[in-house]
Amino acid sequence: MTQIGTDANPLRVAIIGAGPTGFYAADHLFKQSDLVVEIDVFDRLPTPYGLVRFGVAPDHQKIKNVTKVFDKIAAHPNFRFYGNVEFGRHITLSDLREHYHQIFFATGAQSDRRMNIPGEDLQGSHAATEFVAWYNGHPDYRDRHFDLSQERVAVVGVGNVAVDVARILCRTADELVKTDIADYALEALGQSRVREVFLLGRRGPAQAAFTVPEIKELGELADADVVTLPEEIELDDLSRASLERNPDPATIKKVEILQEYALREPTGKSRRLTIRFLVSPVELIGNERGQVVRMRLVRNVLYETEAGTLRPRHTDQFEEMSVGLVFRSVGYRGVPLPGVPFNERWGVILNEKGRVIDPDTQEPLVGEYTGGWIKRGPTGVIGTNKSDAAETVKCMLEDLANGLILNPSQPDAAAVEKLVRERQPNYFSYADWLRLNELEIARGRAVGRPRVKFTSVEEMLTALER
Amino acid sequence: MKVSSILATKGTNVITIRPEQTVKEAVALLVERNIGALVVVNEAGQPVGIISERDIIRAAARREDVFSQPVGQVMTRELVVGLPQDDLISVAHTMTEKRFRHLPIVDQGKLVGIVSIGDVVKAQRDQYKGEIDTLTTQIMTDEA
Repeated sequence: MTQIGTDANPLRVAIIGAGPTGFYAADHLFKQSDLVVEIDVFDRLPTPYGLVRFGVAPDHQKIKNVTKVFDKIAAHPNFRFYGNVEFGRHITLSDLREHYHQIFFATGAQSDRRMNIPGEDLQGSHAATEFVAWYNGHPDYRDRHFDLSQERVAVVGVGNVAVDVARILCRTADELVKTDIADYALEALGQSRVREVFLLGRRGPAQAAFTVPEIKELGELADADVVTLPEEIELDDLSRASLERNPDPATIKKVEILQEYALREPTGKSRRLTIRFLVSPVELIGNERGQVVRMRLVRNVLYETEAGTLRPRHTDQFEEMSVGLVFRSVGYRGVPLPGVPFNERWGVILNEKGRVIDPDTQEPLVGEYTGGWIKRGPTGVIGTNKSDAAETVKCMLEDLANGLILNPSQPDAAAVEKLVRERQPNYFSYADWLRLNELEIARGRAVGRPRVKFTSVEEMLTALER
Repeated sequence: MKVSSILATKGTNVITIRPEQTVKEAVALLVERNIGALVVVNEAGQPVGIISERDIIRAAARREDVFSQPVGQVMTRELVVGLPQDDLISVAHTMTEKRFRHLPIVDQGKLVGIVSIGDVVKAQRDQYKGEIDTLTTQIMTDEA
């Protein structure tokens, strides 16, 4: 058998998804000594970086610095990017099997969990991720409409996405203009009439998923006061006992900050952000035009599971509040890929440590791997995907050493380029992206912003004079 | 972070044993699968106990014919079970405080997986490593 991974016969790897995990996986592979590897990264969008471009909030520019690390990885001579090329549409699993020894799926968690309550589909009720994709200039979401003439908005959930959405809604035009928020979103948010934003957590302050820096940031908004309710941030007996047994410093700090917010006097800022706890929406109520106007909430109490987690339980106490716009952010799931086994229970590709598993035999499928949120679910920060990708790459190298790889008929880069050119003439290379990047930054410089994004494929093609 | 994200990368196959099987069979399974404990399930597939390396060592100290004993005689019956929604931080604390190393995870009455103390330590390590890496990257790229 020919040895794969040498100058004469490089190991050829396809990565589906150009988000952080895709880049980290490529980096781990390139860093192996005595291994020659060629990596092609495909993305359904023309631009790389995945959620760093379309998820990370525009007012968190520093977090986006990680793209400099990704650009360095992409500069490796054996790295190729095929943007605007969709797996299952322009390129299939059987195409990949003809051209690669190993295939790595890193497509993230693209769908959001529903609340499963009556009225969820009323006008004015949205997935928070759609709003995030919209304000970040995602080509599939640029034409969405959000009714920012409403004064009262509820954001369901207290995770990172919920906090981002609430914060962006409370930012002034002056604050947003310093970011790379999509230009149409900057305009729409500049005219926003939103005055009251409610963040709704179903558990108590000690169980909320948000981090200390995020919660502190909410207290430093230019034109929005942040409020918590004294009766909701007072810890219940179970939370207090749990924190005494397990005094986690981050949790203690988080609770302190939230309690301090309850003591703050309003300073007359034009918007107010109220963080609520121990409440769950049970129904959205609409008017005659099918537009959401009210939300019915149930109050929760906490109970302790056998393993010591405090979980919410509904009481028989309800309240109603008037809201004209609702964003849900109660969890995310991966979307199944054509021909790739899926684990419905967790919403991920069926896998063991990143090896894709055949559901019939429960054995690994040769040559198929996964990483990131489509492997472990939507958890962790950008950097978490580095060790996640490393775990999968370790499996890939073990399998390579044992000869457990695909046997492609055309393991060559030129054949792939020819195929992609036929199927998707409007594909984008990394060089195309670097050019677009310069143009976006130049457009930004002209108006004093870090960048002005291109938000449609046509715009990008025109900019590249194609 | 929740227990479910640990189970997400462990396939769907949970290795179990029945109480009437022998300790010898249990040992063979532990060795073959390179794991430290087996969930003991009844005919309906519900967990009734857990048998760990430690249970077998304890039984072996009492009697030499331990291998021919039924699993049901040797297993730990006081079983703490977890839920997919359990927080990693509380599971880590409970396992350390109550000194057990394997937590069967049950969803709507069905056994859906098992989480070991090793899984928990690894998940926490990866979480901290990820946070450190993200912060380091921010600082390093700022200087560049």
